[in-house]
Formats: sequence, structure tokens, C-alpha cells
Amino acid sequence: MSDVREVTDATWEADVLKSELPVLVDFWAPWCGPCRMVGPIVEELSQEYKEKVTFFKMNTDENANVPTQHGIRSIPSLLIFKGGELKGTVVGFRPKSDIKKRLEEALA
Amino acid sequence: MVDTFDIAIVGGGGAGLTAALYAARGMRSTIVFEGNVTGGQIATTDLVENYPGFPEGINGFDLGQNILRQAEKFGARVEYALVDSLTRLNTGSFELVADGNMYRARSVIVTAGADYNKLGVPGEAEFVGKGVSYCATCDAAFFGGQDVIVVGGGDAALDEALFTTRYVKSVTIVHRRDTLRASGILQDRAKANPAISFLLDTTVERIEGDGGVERVVLKNVRTGELSERKTAAVFIFIGQTPNSHLLKGMVELDAGGHAMVDLSMKTCVPGLFVAGDLRTQAARQLISAAGDGATAAISAEHYLQALG
Repeated sequence: MSDVREVTDATWEADVLKSELPVLVDFWAPWCGPCRMVGPIVEELSQEYKEKVTFFKMNTDENANVPTQHGIRSIPSLLIFKGGELKGTVVGFRPKSDIKKRLEEALA
Repeated sequence: MVDTFDIAIVGGGGAGLTAALYAARGMRSTIVFEGNVTGGQIATTDLVENYPGFPEGINGFDLGQNILRQAEKFGARVEYALVDSLTRLNTGSFELVADGNMYRARSVIVTAGADYNKLGVPGEAEFVGKGVSYCATCDAAFFGGQDVIVVGGGDAALDEALFTTRYVKSVTIVHRRDTLRASGILQDRAKANPAISFLLDTTVERIEGDGGVERVVLKNVRTGELSERKTAAVFIFIGQTPNSHLLKGMVELDAGGHAMVDLSMKTCVPGLFVAGDLRTQAARQLISAAGDGATAAISAEHYLQALG
């Protein structure tokens, strides 16, 4: 059972901006190879940070508004939000240790 | 307690993964270090058309993951960590530090490949991920219906320009010389594509915009004349620099920074091998990198056998 849920343009505000917990969103698309390597890392993190961070993924082929608003022009991109504010970004494939570090920094 | 492996491989591209496949299948304890995406340069290639056995071509990422699975099936271990240092100990084995963790290996195959060159112009670093890209396959889809430029005149530049035309309105290829270096077949395809135009004898001086790429300042190298051009993205493919920093002071390098090896991928350091794009006179093709990887693994096997 995956703890990484889909978020869409329509559910963005409720799921991400108004979330009580910090949120990590994985922007991806099916055609993007490196995204397919980030996906499993995000899954693992979602287990490690259960009840501390909420994890979402957004398919950029199916959702145009949020990626445009956040100026996403390269995937994979991970965005970390806390209290509705952007606290951290990871662009491109990074090893798990790097992503974890960025997440910890954003949570601090 | 430090883990000791028979064979450590630095780099998980075509050469490294093939070396790992051979080493692990030969029952040697094998570890591969990769600081980025496994598959290396092909991981971001949409279609690999010149790897034998795939008459329809194959997606580069998929091919890389297939070789990875094949190596892992035989027991190779993959660590997603960047190797910071490589030292030969008095005992003749090697010590590697990767992301702060120490590993030991009786032999090492370095397949660290090459990194894409940067233009080194104002705006480039600032706009990475915001219009500046080194991977059209990854990012072209974000510029649907817009005008973009591709910098470079080699195979990579033309290949990526052709791919980009699936999404964008137009691609302008900016190249600093008056002729392209790319292979004939790619040149023919690019010239026949109505969405592609060429600006030769031209360099990019600056990349500008507000929050993202909006325009570039170009310079005609013959006349020195500067001009401004609107563009939503700048895709950069201007060659590569070998990742030889780990080898400096240990292995002789050629003028371009590639490691000197013999035909069995041996360096002058016993037990240390270099394969793929990082070695001197490499053909810089996936198939030759894979072949090098196999050769290096066999040479490492011979070396380990001789050690007893």
C-alpha cells in the first residue's frame, strides 16, 4: 500500500496548501526516465516519515496549472511545503541521501 | 568494520553496469557506485538506435535499467553515492570514500564517464530548471508551442533538437562554427525538418529573463555584432569533460584529461582499470563503453586470479 497519493490542480489547495503536516510533492510524467528512479525513493521516504510528512505526486502531463504557477520546467522536481509555504526544492534526480537532507532542512 | 569487495566500480553507466554484470556473473563480490541516474548518458536518451539487437531502437532509460537488472540478478550491489576519493593502500588494495562511508576493494574499475560542458555565460546557472536545460528529452515537453534554441553542432545537439520538435513551435540551432560536426544522417534529418533553423558562426553571450528564460543575447563571431532573440528555453549540448579528478596523481592522463590505458583497460596502477568514455581514444558509443566494461571486468578477474 503506497502512502504517496495523487494530487491534482483541483485538489492542490486542500491537499497541499492547507495541509496540517508538511508536504512533499513529486512532479513527474510517465515519459521521464529519471522520474521513474525518484518515484521509489519518494515511496521509501513516505514510509520513513509516516505521520510527520504527507507525500503526493503530480502528473505534469495531466495537470497544467500548478506546475505553471510554480515555474516547473524540468522534472523530476520535488517541492516541499510547510504551512502552505514553499520551503525547499530538489530539481533533477538526486540520491536518496540528498533528498532526505533537503527534506530535513525544510522541516527544521 | 569496513566492507571489502573483490571489484569496486565507480560509475553506473553503460561501461560500469556491463563491468558489474561480468564481475558479478564471475562470482566476484561487486559494488557499483553511482552518484546520479544509473544508465549514465543513455538514461536521458529517448531512442537508442545503434545498439545491436534492437532493430526498432530502444528507450535509453529502459536499456540502462535492463543492464542494471541483469547485473543485480547476478548479485552486483549498487550504491547511489558519489565517490569522493580513491586511494591505493600499501597492501595493494584500494580504499574508496563515498558520501562519507568507507569501502575497500581488491581491484577498481573506474567508469566515471564525462559530464556535459556548461556554456559559462551569465544567466546559465541561474536559470537551470527554469529554461536552461542539458536534457531535451527530460524538459522539452514544458515548452509546448514555444520557440526554443539548442546550442551545439554535434550529434547530441541535433539529436535533441530533432526530439524537441515534437513539442515546440520552432528550434533554432546555435553553433559557434560555420559547419556542423554531427553525423550526416542527423544533419540530413535536421535540415529536412521545417521546425529547425540554423544560426551558424554564432555564440550565446547571455541568458536573460525574469524568473525564467525569456531571451538570449547572441554574438556573430565573424562580425562581432550582438543581437537579442526571444526564447523560452536554452538546451545546451556543447561536448563533455572527462570525470578524471579521482585519477589525478595516480594514472597518466592524455591531453584531453582521459586516462591512459592499454587494450585490456589496464592503467599503470596494478588492479586499477579505466573503461568507457573516461579512457583515452574512446569511441564514446554505448556499445564500445559496454565492450570496454566487459574487457575491464575480465582483466580485473585475471588480476585477482594472479593475486591468488
